[in-house]
Amino acid sequence: MFVDTVVEDKALHKPAFLAGLSITVLAIFFAFNFTNTIFGEFLSPVIGNPEESGFFGRLAVSFVLTILFVGNLLLISFARLKIQILIVWLELFLLFLAFAYSFDLEIAYIFSGQPSKIGIMISKGLFTTIYISAVSIVIATVIAIVGAIAKLSNNGFAYAIASFYTSLFRGLPLLLQIYLIYMGLPQLGFMIDAIPSGIAALSLCYGAYMTEIFRAGIQSIPRGQWEASRALGFPFRLILRKIILPQSIPLIIPPTGNQFIAMLKDSSLVSVLGIWEIMFLAKKLGAKDFNHLEMLLTAAMIYWILTIILETIQARIERKYQQKT
Amino acid sequence: MANNNSKVNPIISLKNVSKWYDDFQALKNIDLEIKLKEKIVICGPSGSGKSTLIRCLNRLEAHQEGQIHVNGIELHEKMKDIDTVRQDIGMVFQSFNLFPHLTVLENCMAGPNWVRGISEDEAKERAMSLLEQVKIPEQADKYPEQLSGGQQQRVAIARSLCMQPKVMLFDEPTSALDPEMVSEVLDTMVELAKSGMTMICVTHEMGFARQVADRIIFMDEGEIVEQNSPEEFFNNPKSDRTKGFLDQVLS
Ligand SMILES: Nc1ncnc2c1ncn2[C@@H]1O[C@H](COP(=O)(O)OP(=O)(O)O)[C@@H](O)[C@H]1O
Ligand SMILES: [Mg+2]
Repeated sequence: MFVDTVVEDKALHKPAFLAGLSITVLAIFFAFNFTNTIFGEFLSPVIGNPEESGFFGRLAVSFVLTILFVGNLLLISFARLKIQILIVWLELFLLFLAFAYSFDLEIAYIFSGQPSKIGIMISKGLFTTIYISAVSIVIATVIAIVGAIAKLSNNGFAYAIASFYTSLFRGLPLLLQIYLIYMGLPQLGFMIDAIPSGIAALSLCYGAYMTEIFRAGIQSIPRGQWEASRALGFPFRLILRKIILPQSIPLIIPPTGNQFIAMLKDSSLVSVLGIWEIMFLAKKLGAKDFNHLEMLLTAAMIYWILTIILETIQARIERKYQQKT
Repeated sequence: MANNNSKVNPIISLKNVSKWYDDFQALKNIDLEIKLKEKIVICGPSGSGKSTLIRCLNRLEAHQEGQIHVNGIELHEKMKDIDTVRQDIGMVFQSFNLFPHLTVLENCMAGPNWVRGISEDEAKERAMSLLEQVKIPEQADKYPEQLSGGQQQRVAIARSLCMQPKVMLFDEPTSALDPEMVSEVLDTMVELAKSGMTMICVTHEMGFARQVADRIIFMDEGEIVEQNSPEEFFNNPKSDRTKGFLDQVLS
């Protein structure tokens, strides 16, 4: 957002807000009752045996937690913006780890085996996931360009086919499309392997969404650009290639990046076809010894890291295009 | 028509041209002939069909009745060579419509290089000489949004001239400009007129009309109400609608 040159005081530095916040937080901690957790044990010198500390113990624990929480916020509020963001990220990440830790997991399980389970996930699963997503993204982009032009054309056939396509593939759950392609095409006499049908389903589904993104991007270029190009005697294809598309691309990139990220994660759905991608391996490797959560969390972390990498790349590309215009 | 000289082939001719937007008739039975090197100024109240008329001349708009010939070629829905016709007609818009993703120089090189089949070096040379003609060669490497309105409009004129057109159309080229920038654009247009270009200008700049026009056309409600030489038009308007209009713009 575009920041104003006049700034209000930070809410946290207003006594009334601070008091209100503290009371609310206190109430929440009190309601959830942390007396029987690690926090109660810490305070046992003051409140005695946490189990028997009763109302006073519960209040004391909530009170200490509130002071820690609000004090933490207050301290962070004095830091510079970048430091603030970093600290909050770290704290949230630690909370997430604590949450995962509370599942009582056998972390060593992930690294056990020869080759190790995480090694298999990365060498086989990660590779397959990236391969399927990358190929699907390229095909979806091509579909989207053709689809968007068809949807904007005056040709009845082109428009009808394109709009039927987007309607159908945006209207069915992706999982269903995967099954339909894998089991439906053989009925028509086309034998199709699991990976090609996974790629086909992902490309067609995301091609439909991206068709709409590309169409909107092309349509948002002002009429005057078409008129000026036509007045110079440019033929249609040249106008599209040299004038309209180059101006649409900066508008198309952010939503398209989101689609790429979404597709990467939706590629996990093709695990139902038995493709050895991240999700399938996580289920398979965890099932052997009933250590499901360990492997699912591993998969979660791999997807998350991949997404962060894609987001960084997206931000770079966006910055590059913003500089140019 | 008083000015019609049957010995000179008109570069543009309109016979009984009518145009509708849905049910609304924007042009009513327009007859007009424009000779090579003629300078025409079209004026009239807002909504009288001036833009519609000149946009029909390069078929940015379609007419439904009558015939329009440009350079001997009739404009119609099924024509194959519209791009060739358009390459010979430059057009300058009220809102400039420069290509924002291209530099000033690239804006000017695009036409010659992409559709006239002229080499990049030659296109660049031509673009630079026209940017000098409109007096902004030093802005060649900037992007349009870094320029003032007046500068952008002069680039737009240079961009059209790079195609070496036979006719130039102007649709209120100074209406979107701040007052202090109007004259730099008008000066460019006056020089262009002196160089012998055929020009059709929609404008309310009556000083420019008086100085440059061979013929002034007054339109109202989709019709040509009156056309005449500047002296006659200003000193001796025939119709009451013209008188009323002149009272408004000259006061
Ligand atoms: N695209 C359009 N659709 C419908 N009506 C239009 C369109 N363009 C112009 N008109 C109408 O046609 C008339 C003439 O418009 P225009 O040629 O732009 O007038 P002028 O340029 O003289 O101000 C106006 O009444 C206008 O509302
Ligand atoms: Mg107009």
